[in-house]
Amino acid sequence: MANYEAVIGLEVHVQIRTHSKMFTRVATGYGQPENTLTDPTVLALPGALPVMNRAALDAIIKAGLMLGCEIAPVCKWDRKNYFYPDSPKNYQISQYDQPICLGGAVEIELPGPARNLMGEHKLIPLTRIHLEEDVGKCSHGATDSLVDYNRAGTPLMEIVSEPALHSGEEAYAYLTALRAAIVQGGISDCDMEKGQMRCDANISIRPVGATGLGTKVELKNLNSISYVRAGIDHEIKRQVALIESGGTIVQETRDYDGLTGASQSLRTKEMAHDYRYFPDPDLMPVQVDEAWKARLRASCPELPFDRQRRYFRDYELPYTLTSVLIWDRPLAEYFEAAVKAGGAAGKARAQQIGNWIANDLLRELKAGGAAGAEGTGGAGGLALAEVKMRPEHIAELVELVESGKLLGPAAKEVFAQTFASGEAPLAVAERAGLLAQPTDSGDLEAWCREAIANNAKAAAEFRAGKESAINGLKGPVMKAARGKANPREVDETLRRLLAE
Amino acid sequence: MSTAAPPVPPSAQAASSAPLHYQTIGELGARLACGELSAVELTRAVIERTRAVEPQVRAFNSRDEEDALAQAARSDARRAAGQVLGPLDGIPIGLKDVIAVRDQPLTASSRMLANFVSPYDATVAERLKNAGAVLWGRLNLDEFAMGSSTENSATQTTHNPWDLTRVPGGSSGGSAAAVAAGEAIAALGSDTGGSIRQPAALCGVVGLKPSYGLVSRYGLIAFASSLDQIGPFTRSVEDAALLLQAIAGHDERDSTSFKTAIPDYRAALFGAGETLGQRSPASSGGAANAALAPAGALCAGRRLGVPKEYFGEGIDPEVAAAVEAAIAFYREQGCEIVEVSLPHTRYCLDVYYVLATAEASSNLARYDGIRYGHRAQGARDIIDLYFKSRAEGFGEEVKRRIILGTYVLSSGYYDAYYLRAQKVRRLVTQDFLKAYEQVDALITPTVPAPAFEIGAKADPLALYLCDIYTIGANLAGLPAISLPCGFTSSGLPIGLQLIGQAFAEADLLKIAHAYESAHDWCRRRPAL
Amino acid sequence: MAEEIDIDRVAQLARIALTPEEKQKFSRQLGDVLHHIHQLEQVDVSGIEPMSHAQPLANVWQEDVARAGLPVAEVLRNAPAHRSNMISVPKIID
Repeated sequence: MANYEAVIGLEVHVQIRTHSKMFTRVATGYGQPENTLTDPTVLALPGALPVMNRAALDAIIKAGLMLGCEIAPVCKWDRKNYFYPDSPKNYQISQYDQPICLGGAVEIELPGPARNLMGEHKLIPLTRIHLEEDVGKCSHGATDSLVDYNRAGTPLMEIVSEPALHSGEEAYAYLTALRAAIVQGGISDCDMEKGQMRCDANISIRPVGATGLGTKVELKNLNSISYVRAGIDHEIKRQVALIESGGTIVQETRDYDGLTGASQSLRTKEMAHDYRYFPDPDLMPVQVDEAWKARLRASCPELPFDRQRRYFRDYELPYTLTSVLIWDRPLAEYFEAAVKAGGAAGKARAQQIGNWIANDLLRELKAGGAAGAEGTGGAGGLALAEVKMRPEHIAELVELVESGKLLGPAAKEVFAQTFASGEAPLAVAERAGLLAQPTDSGDLEAWCREAIANNAKAAAEFRAGKESAINGLKGPVMKAARGKANPREVDETLRRLLAE
Repeated sequence: MSTAAPPVPPSAQAASSAPLHYQTIGELGARLACGELSAVELTRAVIERTRAVEPQVRAFNSRDEEDALAQAARSDARRAAGQVLGPLDGIPIGLKDVIAVRDQPLTASSRMLANFVSPYDATVAERLKNAGAVLWGRLNLDEFAMGSSTENSATQTTHNPWDLTRVPGGSSGGSAAAVAAGEAIAALGSDTGGSIRQPAALCGVVGLKPSYGLVSRYGLIAFASSLDQIGPFTRSVEDAALLLQAIAGHDERDSTSFKTAIPDYRAALFGAGETLGQRSPASSGGAANAALAPAGALCAGRRLGVPKEYFGEGIDPEVAAAVEAAIAFYREQGCEIVEVSLPHTRYCLDVYYVLATAEASSNLARYDGIRYGHRAQGARDIIDLYFKSRAEGFGEEVKRRIILGTYVLSSGYYDAYYLRAQKVRRLVTQDFLKAYEQVDALITPTVPAPAFEIGAKADPLALYLCDIYTIGANLAGLPAISLPCGFTSSGLPIGLQLIGQAFAEADLLKIAHAYESAHDWCRRRPAL
Repeated sequence: MAEEIDIDRVAQLARIALTPEEKQKFSRQLGDVLHHIHQLEQVDVSGIEPMSHAQPLANVWQEDVARAGLPVAEVLRNAPAHRSNMISVPKIID
């Protein structure tokens, strides 16, 4: 293996989330009864014609802008001719030599040396992104195959990378970043289990230092990001082993089974396809002007790694915290709203705000509800939009804690109640009597002296320079104060007395 | 549709004494309006006529008398309630069997679709229904509109009503023959390389191919999508105007449909003073006076181009003489006759056969026996199913064209054939645009020769040459009309073609109407 | 002079089973037609844009609003074979 490097290009198909199909206005959908989402155009009945879906064009141009592609001023539609039962016209409307998006890149992050350390970033260049239509679905019975055309005609964009990836890990990182960008752009939900995102990988190997490309093998049916990583690594090993044992790589398409971890050949490309592409006479070209691009550019969200850099720069957030926030756009926007609600102090307390969101809020979200939520690192349960606790509540909670008005356990209780009811933290704390009491300084001093007297060992250790020993004194004081002393005052008083 | 039209004189011809089935929409409309005729009576007359002559003519693939009478009864009910939908209300109109009508057969005269029933309406069918027309029968054609004689129909060969031993032309031969034989008052056909105009010429009726994009193709079985247009077959230019009025106009279900203002075509026939190329609705002023003017004078001052390439070798002398006479008529009426050149004319046929077959090879891929259509028995597997179903379902000419189209698109040949043909298509179009800098419309024969005998042309290339005068208008997307301009010594109709500027149908019809008003060719009927 | 067509390959692409007689006949006839078409090579097309449509339109679309489609009964109405509301075809072994 050490003597070879792998060269990998990915073709990713993503269904665009629209109400109606790419070239006709019957509804799109998943999991509907068979053949209920069709019309004359989907079924390719005699005489039916296609008409473009404007929203699908918006979506792909937006994707192109987000990924830094050049948007072609004019693009056209071509017919890709081939026979298959899931393709009703026996041609697919696609874009051959004039795709709508050219170039661009996906920024990826490879795993760091440790979980809390940032890994290497790379830019993976894209060849193109084009728009086409999805096909129907075949299922196979004992003696026949059955075709359902519900999926046929769903808008599909194909994102083609340059052969610039070198491992399963890089492919994993690429798909993670690409999926996040597309999901955060509102272009697709990219649910691979529902086939909304599908990936084929072209893999070849070559001796390290060589510049040419080896014979490529296409790996299909990689239906989760983890399978893509495992499938690619498996294929690289297979090719290296084959070459080292004196064999040669055959250009072929292979099917990787994620469950068994094995692959098998589907077909060899002895007879190359001849798709007879030609411009579709039923459809007119698309012209994209500056105003159209400007309108869509205004709707593009910040990409995750750009957001992360801003969080480092503006809020000095630690890497692990940014890694939780950036992959989930609603969560990041919630965080930013909370920081903003905190006013001038909010920015300085961004980390505390972030911690409440990344730890407490996310935990509650995951625990609640069954509906799927956006984001890869994000909430698996309740959607953020349904949560009663608003960003300004987080800001208020942090303010109460930082000003010493709310102590740790009480703050947790306030959080729980606000999350449950949407009542503001201060109101919760007041109503429930959870606010730290302003303590009589005479009482406090007496409690502190008593604690020092009763814990001579801890006091001695502190005086000898063991900073943490002071904590052993705080407990008894808080106990005497029945938990309602202001911790900052306790700390100050103890230090003053210990210094006497 | 034309309810808000400016006042126009009654039909150019006064109430006719011809049998009902041979009258024009204009004449019948007047009778229906004054109550002396009901739609049911008219439809029954057409049904009777069809029963009488159809065994000889064989224009219909199928027809549903009961359904037609029910539609006619609904028309009469509307009329009784004062809710007439327009000049087509109650008029039996036949449709070429490539135009989808909900719950009616749609066969394209192919074994492939022998049992297909359309679950939806073509836009033109919907518009005719909205105009109150009685949709009457499915008319024969060359299979999938590929041919010039209807001999390529899997159903039957239609016979020319003027001489039953001869072809009616094609591909819309059933539509032309039905109108010529009185089996329908009017009909719709489709024209990809001449499939309306050529049979109209051979059957002695009026046939109009509109500008590409004027009439929606939604629901028209596609042959060559960039060339196909639906258009009317009628017994008069006025009727063509009325039928075009009902079907023209933008349709959002056809991406190639053009957004343009639709003038009142019938009013335009009688309107004076417009110049060609004017696309706005005809002005209402002067219409009444114009009707009193001699018909020919309406086109005085027009410049008509005679493309020299259309009068070369291969043209039948009687056809040439009839067209020359028509040119002389226009000159006498004060038109300026200008010889023009369309230098790329000799390449039209080649361009057409590359582009049309390429598009067809892809358009007809959907006929695979999977979701509908003919499915072969005993196929070993799915691949075998495709091969056998398509071999059994398609006739010879369709196979030949699919093979040619597949070949010209295949790897290694695309640039040499398809791309080059697309470029020459632009040159052909530029020829027309250049000619229109000099003239308002072009005047040519429709077909080089009159109807030939059934079975006479076995060589595909010889048959393809029937289309040489008509293909140019398809390649350039221009409107063109064929109207009767005489008969051969053996009594066969001869067609005159006028080719207009894009979307200038109103002016094209007006020029045609000027000729028709001064001649009685359109009033002649075959001896059936 | 007439062009040789690899009729088997073309018929394979077009998914039409041709008899030996058809192959021979079509090869000859299409060779003649192609011979005729070859006169296009005489035309100087340098600098000429290919023409795909008769009318120059662009951006012809509809807004993304879903409408009712066909009922399943209509979908299956013309189907040669169907089962469980789906189109049945010979078993595909991919």
